Amino acid sequence: METVRGAGDLTPELLEATFWSDAMVQAAGIPIQDVPFVSVGGGIGSFVTVDYLRIAGVPTSQMRILSNIDYPWQTYEYLTRVSQIPRPERIRSDSSSRPDNIWGFPSYALSETWRDKSLAHLFHVLIEPIFADYWTPRAGTVFASLEREMKRIAYQEMLVKGVVRMVRRRVGGGYFTILTPPEGTTPTKRVAFRSRFVHLAIGYPGLRFLPDLQAFRESSGDYEHVVNAYEPHEHIYEFLKTKPGTVVLRGGGIVASRVLQRLFDDRRKFKTQTKIVHIFRTFVTGAHGPHIWARRKGGDGWAYQGFNYPKSVWGGQLKAQMRKLDGEPRAKKYKEMGGTNTPKRRRWQKQMADGRKGGYYQAMQGTVDKVTPGPDGMLTSFVTGKSGAQEVHSHYIIDCTGLEADISEHRVLADLLARGGAGRNPLGRLEVERHFEIKGTQSGDGALYASGATTLGGYFPGVDTFLGLQVAAQEIADDLARRGWCKKIGPLRSTTQWFKWLFNRKV
Amino acid sequence: MVPTLWGRIQTRVILLATVGAVVTALITPVLPVDAPLSTKYRTTFLVLAAVAVVGMVWEFVYHLLMQFRWEKDWPSMFGLLLIVPEGVLMWFLLDLGVVPFVDSPPPLAAFAIHFAAVWLCVWLFANGPMRVPFIRWRFRGGRLA
Repeated sequence: METVRGAGDLTPELLEATFWSDAMVQAAGIPIQDVPFVSVGGGIGSFVTVDYLRIAGVPTSQMRILSNIDYPWQTYEYLTRVSQIPRPERIRSDSSSRPDNIWGFPSYALSETWRDKSLAHLFHVLIEPIFADYWTPRAGTVFASLEREMKRIAYQEMLVKGVVRMVRRRVGGGYFTILTPPEGTTPTKRVAFRSRFVHLAIGYPGLRFLPDLQAFRESSGDYEHVVNAYEPHEHIYEFLKTKPGTVVLRGGGIVASRVLQRLFDDRRKFKTQTKIVHIFRTFVTGAHGPHIWARRKGGDGWAYQGFNYPKSVWGGQLKAQMRKLDGEPRAKKYKEMGGTNTPKRRRWQKQMADGRKGGYYQAMQGTVDKVTPGPDGMLTSFVTGKSGAQEVHSHYIIDCTGLEADISEHRVLADLLARGGAGRNPLGRLEVERHFEIKGTQSGDGALYASGATTLGGYFPGVDTFLGLQVAAQEIADDLARRGWCKKIGPLRSTTQWFKWLFNRKV
Repeated sequence: MVPTLWGRIQTRVILLATVGAVVTALITPVLPVDAPLSTKYRTTFLVLAAVAVVGMVWEFVYHLLMQFRWEKDWPSMFGLLLIVPEGVLMWFLLDLGVVPFVDSPPPLAAFAIHFAAVWLCVWLFANGPMRVPFIRWRFRGGRLA
């Protein structure tokens, strides 16, 4: 660490400058640490990227992960748990999408076959998706395997705790990443990491509420009866165990399916008398799409799809097509395959059919103009739909739409757009190259990469998924190899490293 | 692996030329054919080559059929079950005597054992172990080049 002179905080000069010299940072008294590769985020995106690089032979001393979380799946586990996927439940992810295994072999199903000494899992994968729903791993299995790999690659040696404030280009090449470590852990408020490469994997910029629900929460101050499914909302299920109630559900994606399952499961397990009114803004009545080669299944309000994206985005035809598109044609292609969707799981279909028959599940099309407090502590939703205007009374409203905030609401990204040279792609997120370098941010012989949700809308569509993060990690690692910074993983190294993974030996 | 057309063709040819060739080399001596070993090898390797060539045409058909699937995917079960039409067609071609350099068709049992063994091994290899040495293969729709 170099000698410091100033107060160790950002100065107006630093805040204004688009390029920082070493002298400017030193003058501000911010201590500088040198490391060639920095990954910002510390979630699953950072993890799979450094996992790839560790397997390519990069030592831990060459990389630092700047993060405010303790282990890579911490945020993911929180979000899945509150949105009704606790550890024993299965997530929506393919059997061979393994963030702990860059090869995807053995798949989770094969691992479970080995562990349980039962061929049932493999048989399930064989007949999916025609004669069975897609086989998907349990959340707990994913976390346990991530923990094993985290130890194997010595992840903790690379982890530095703190909140990243910004990344700025450096005069002479490379970048400065400003970290605010936990209070009292360092002599100065900020620490600068000087590196040739930076990787941003900061996840979703934030959640956004439906405007009518946001207006209700702000005017009434009631944060208990109107919730977002990604917020802790166990109190709703607890209330419904004590007396009959009505819940309004908004949204047609996987989270809506999960919350519905929980409400239906509780009816069976705890004999609750819950009624559900499910409001879809877009009510899908059947197969839909522009022509016979682009038609997605749907019905009862839902659009059905196994995973977040059509399967071929991770390696097949759609991946190859999108890689060639820019601007408007790319946005159009995204629109064609986009839209909220959920898997058509047999269990959910039965629960909904039972609910319709029993009169306790009603799905309707509509948009909600406003929500007001109603009689007896209930809520009234004013809905306008194809069948006219109506009022829906409920005890609770669960927003499952999963709207995401604009990338500029994240401090690091806002700074990058304003002073880092970054721009937006046709969907409004960060525009990256095919190898995930953020366009416009080059600095000398350095490169700034991004992967994950912030890059949705790029040449590769499935970015915010386990497999998508691995696709990005591979592209980034190959680009770093092209620049001569690390070795490219060839067939021989890949095979020997795979055996090390199999026998849980250090890389 | 979710294939592209070019990826399908490359994967088929490469896997038949490697896994298929090894299986053929191992299984030919035990096939129920009353002929010298050199003749047996000649026939089985010619059949293997024919499966690769005719297979390229099949891949165009599969690619066309895949267009009717929203996900543009190809479930692994399809890869296994397609042994039936491909095997039947290849047998007819052999029986009709239109496969070049194969003068007389092998006995049906020998053909069936050879074809099934190669098919199963290639399918098993493509559905897992292939990803170990070729780490980019699954993200490139089955393309190796």
